[in-house]
Amino acid sequence: MSERAQPLLAADGTPLKRSIERSLRRQKIEAFLLVAPLLAFVLVTFVAPIADMLFRSVENQIVAQTLPATTDALKEWNPDVSALPDEAVFAALAVDMKAAVKSKTHTRLGSRLNYEKTGVASLFRKSGRRIKKWDLAGDAPFKDKFLDLDKKWGDPQLWQLLKLYSPVYTSGYFLNAVDLKKTPDGVEPRAESEQIYILLFQRTLFMSLAITLMCLLLGYPIAFLLSHLPMRTSNLLMILVLLPFWTSLLVRTSAWKVLLQQEGVINDVLVTIGLLGDSDRLQLINNQTGTIVAMTHILLPFMILPLYSVMRTIPPSYVRAAKSLGANDVTAFAKVYFPQSVPGIGAGSILVFILAIGYYITPELVGGTTGTFISNRIAYHISSSLNWGLAAALGSILLIAVLVLYYAYDRIVGIDNVKLG
Amino acid sequence: MLDGTNPFVRFRNVQKSYDGETLVVKNLNLDIEAGEFVTMLGPSGSGKTTCLMMLAGFETATHGEIELGGKPINNIPPHKRGIGMVFQNYALFPHMTVSENLAFPLKVRGMSAGDVQEKVKRALDMVQMRAFGDRKPAQLSGGQQQRIALARALVFEPELVLMDEPLGALDKQLREHMQYEIKHIHENLGVTVVYVTHDQSEALTMSNRIAVFDDGVIQQLDDPVTLYEKPENSFVAQFIGENNTLTGTVEALSKNVATVKLEAGDTVKALAVNTDGKGGRTSLSIRPERCVVSPKKVAGLSMLKGRIEELIYLGDHIRCRMNVAGNDEFIVKVPNTADQLGLEIGTETHVGWQTDDCRALDFKQV
Amino acid sequence: MSAITKTFFAAAALTALTAGNAIAADMTIVSWGGAYSASQQNAYHDPYMAANPGVNIINDDSSAEAVAKLRAMAEAGNTTWDVVDVVASDAMRLCDEGLAMEIDHDSQLAAAPDGTPASKDFGDLIVSECFIPQIVYSTTFGFRSDVAEWGGKEPDDICDVFDLDTFPGKRSLEKRPINNMEWALLCSGVAKADVYDVLETEEGQAKALAKLDTIKDQTIWWSAGADTPQLLADGEVVIGSTYNGRLFALIEEQKQPVKMLWDAQVFDLDGWIIPAGLSDERKKAAMDYIYFATDTQRLADQAKYISYGPARASSAPLVGKHAALGIDMAPHMPTDPNNAKNTFLYNYSWWADYRDDLDAKFQAWLAQ
Repeated sequence: MSERAQPLLAADGTPLKRSIERSLRRQKIEAFLLVAPLLAFVLVTFVAPIADMLFRSVENQIVAQTLPATTDALKEWNPDVSALPDEAVFAALAVDMKAAVKSKTHTRLGSRLNYEKTGVASLFRKSGRRIKKWDLAGDAPFKDKFLDLDKKWGDPQLWQLLKLYSPVYTSGYFLNAVDLKKTPDGVEPRAESEQIYILLFQRTLFMSLAITLMCLLLGYPIAFLLSHLPMRTSNLLMILVLLPFWTSLLVRTSAWKVLLQQEGVINDVLVTIGLLGDSDRLQLINNQTGTIVAMTHILLPFMILPLYSVMRTIPPSYVRAAKSLGANDVTAFAKVYFPQSVPGIGAGSILVFILAIGYYITPELVGGTTGTFISNRIAYHISSSLNWGLAAALGSILLIAVLVLYYAYDRIVGIDNVKLG
Repeated sequence: MLDGTNPFVRFRNVQKSYDGETLVVKNLNLDIEAGEFVTMLGPSGSGKTTCLMMLAGFETATHGEIELGGKPINNIPPHKRGIGMVFQNYALFPHMTVSENLAFPLKVRGMSAGDVQEKVKRALDMVQMRAFGDRKPAQLSGGQQQRIALARALVFEPELVLMDEPLGALDKQLREHMQYEIKHIHENLGVTVVYVTHDQSEALTMSNRIAVFDDGVIQQLDDPVTLYEKPENSFVAQFIGENNTLTGTVEALSKNVATVKLEAGDTVKALAVNTDGKGGRTSLSIRPERCVVSPKKVAGLSMLKGRIEELIYLGDHIRCRMNVAGNDEFIVKVPNTADQLGLEIGTETHVGWQTDDCRALDFKQV
Repeated sequence: MSAITKTFFAAAALTALTAGNAIAADMTIVSWGGAYSASQQNAYHDPYMAANPGVNIINDDSSAEAVAKLRAMAEAGNTTWDVVDVVASDAMRLCDEGLAMEIDHDSQLAAAPDGTPASKDFGDLIVSECFIPQIVYSTTFGFRSDVAEWGGKEPDDICDVFDLDTFPGKRSLEKRPINNMEWALLCSGVAKADVYDVLETEEGQAKALAKLDTIKDQTIWWSAGADTPQLLADGEVVIGSTYNGRLFALIEEQKQPVKMLWDAQVFDLDGWIIPAGLSDERKKAAMDYIYFATDTQRLADQAKYISYGPARASSAPLVGKHAALGIDMAPHMPTDPNNAKNTFLYNYSWWADYRDDLDAKFQAWLAQ
């Protein structure tokens, strides 16, 4: 027993385990140094922005930072007891606004709150100009002064909104991103005329799946053919497959416009050969068809490449063996060849789907109103409405959706069944 | 064919070309009887695998006909030919278990689940792999995979089994072991086997008959003994077993004995098997184990002078490399007998053989 | 801002610092690109650089994303732009966000030749303390003049856009509520003066969308100014809205069979802002450029290259002929009395409030 407790010793008398650790430590440090530059790069350019995005989707410091005294004072106010807060809150607001006007942050808060309630932007902007001239010491009481300034300050909803968005963190963006809204009475669905995001998420998922399926249907035979040709020929043809990568995305998308529009090449040909009347030309663009067609074309190489590289590794003897064992062409393909190409299908589909779900230039150009993705709304909120919190929430949901699908895929197919080559 | 009935497998004037310029198989004629074990032996590129693939249906003959059981099969797709096949790398389906692999040919034939199970079990027993039914092929060793491939090719009881260098990937010991196993299975089942290999000892061990291929043509088709003892041309003599070659010109031809003047100047007698007649050049073929090394001339043997260049002790015999009539790769296998001959490197001595053991064949530059 | 972001942006800023702005005399001017930037190059940049050999103007065609980019730069603490050309609504937004510098128009800009102070010369066009007006443009309609189904009739009223019986064919409208909602209300019997009051109500919004519904399936929605001219040229649409300068190029330069429908054109403004947070030195340089580029003559000069009206009242009489085509530019200006018989002035402060709300509703309506 005592011998068992005795640790094994290396030649120099140190315990063997420690000695191994020491020799491995050097290797570990070397390995770490090798990946350190990439790690730093990924941290700065990938992990940090994503972390920042996730953070922005719940961050709401602007209210408490711009109106610290007011948010503090509002804690005492109970909307059920009095419709409007008392003088203390208005006085605090006067102090806060005066400071905010000085640092020119009141308008920014106005645009932030305008996302939740229309009209707050101009209320803050207009009020700011007047409050600038107020004398904090002499002009009290402020309640009437505010009501006098703009009757909107007497709107209980405005104060409820301020109270609701006082906390430093908010679920408001996420609720907005799924067509809900935060109200003093809890979470409520948005008015039907404002519901859009759920629809867009569904549409994004549906179209991404459709595009993935189209890519698979079109890409599988191509990859099959390429993998069965002599290396020389298949390499040559592979250049044709990759050709779309050599032209800019915009050029390719514009080319689809020329082809698909109602006065475009495809419709012209169909009319010329008499398949269509001149008056009932097909609507092939500015709808889902346009998006699916153009994006299938753009993403097709991402399907073909992994499929091809997996198919290349399937020896022809398997199908021959199946046939020699009595399987006809269809059975040999379905039972023997196809199952072995599944890792390529998995890799290609994941690649295409994930690329598709985040696409936005092509849907923007050819998607019209029914063929746009959630990413088009994200882009709008990033660059036009400046509602970055909502954009971040939408992006986070998209990210989560992809991760959930990835997890589901892992459970159903197995992620080790994905081969890129 | 010999007894006038149709052979089981028949190649008639079969030609195959891939590019339309060169023939990979040139006018092949081959009959295989039911129950035979026929090996197609030859160097790579000799056309043997192409012949096998044409028989299996994976290649189509450019010209000529292949018959199976008396019926032409040129237009029958592979899966309807009912031929079992063992591939070079086994081609076990990696996504199926061993049992599923074996069940595959039975299931595609629509056999009932019970029958399938029964037959799979029996096939596993045949190759002593019963315990491995639930494993995936990747979890098996090379020899085990080989056995499963064999069992799969036999499980649906085909009358003809093709094997394309099935033992090529195994190490020497396992390969020899498997050779016997295949031979026994063949004998027990009575199935017809067409076997392709480039390993002549494998061919000699297993086959009833061997077709030696070279350059798209069957050079000789015979049982192993005849093939070894009586090669009909220089290629077969050199390809099967070890062989010494001396080249010369036929000076005289009487009955079946040729008098050949060697290039080094000596004259020897040889069995005229395949010569161009008097004045033609010829290659003489003598097996190393049919030669005798002797300091003095021995009566009744053709004797030539030779110098011992190298000696290799191999236990049961001594391999003696000599320079004979200008050929310094002349090998003699000296039996390791009690009375040592006192062989020594550099010794000038004589080497001799029976006239019948020296076969005058078509001329071929060594 | 989170600590992570700060580190991230600091790293990005460091890179930007070493890459750009190494030479103090570089001035980055952001504009819209294309013919518009070319007109500014000819009218402003070239003469300014000729007069100030030490200054090197770098063009950046990022105006479409100016607001988002300026915000990102401000968060990173490194604004690399000196002067930015934006539409008035973006200028207001930037001003609200504290991303643009406030200007005292009278003291910092040139007076008119007759001594009228800048604020009077620009008049109502100064819609924000941060905004220096440059041009007046309008969003209006162009239509193809060769549509057989129209039987020789030509649209001359904004409501003809909604009249599919008389003027069948596809339309193109901008993929946002602004302008479209106003036109829809005008053609639903709402008086021009009441449009925004009506649009403030749920019923008014529903009314506008209901009007747009009548042409929804006949409409292609555009998001880039170049779309409508292209669609008109291809015959994909027979009538469509876009900026008047784009239509001028289509009609006068490309000679396409397209005509202008000036009725109910919506005036909009485009001008300069100077980003907040510039160093004193860069601020001074930027203001010097602005002083030069927004004087009466310079604004009139720009109209030689593009058919947008100068924002100064004092520039109007100086507008001459097109530099390349040699045609008189005055009749092509949105402000020309013949074109401006019925105009509509875009209400900036109203849209600043209602933009988020109406955009959500409009997009929801579009997507269904």
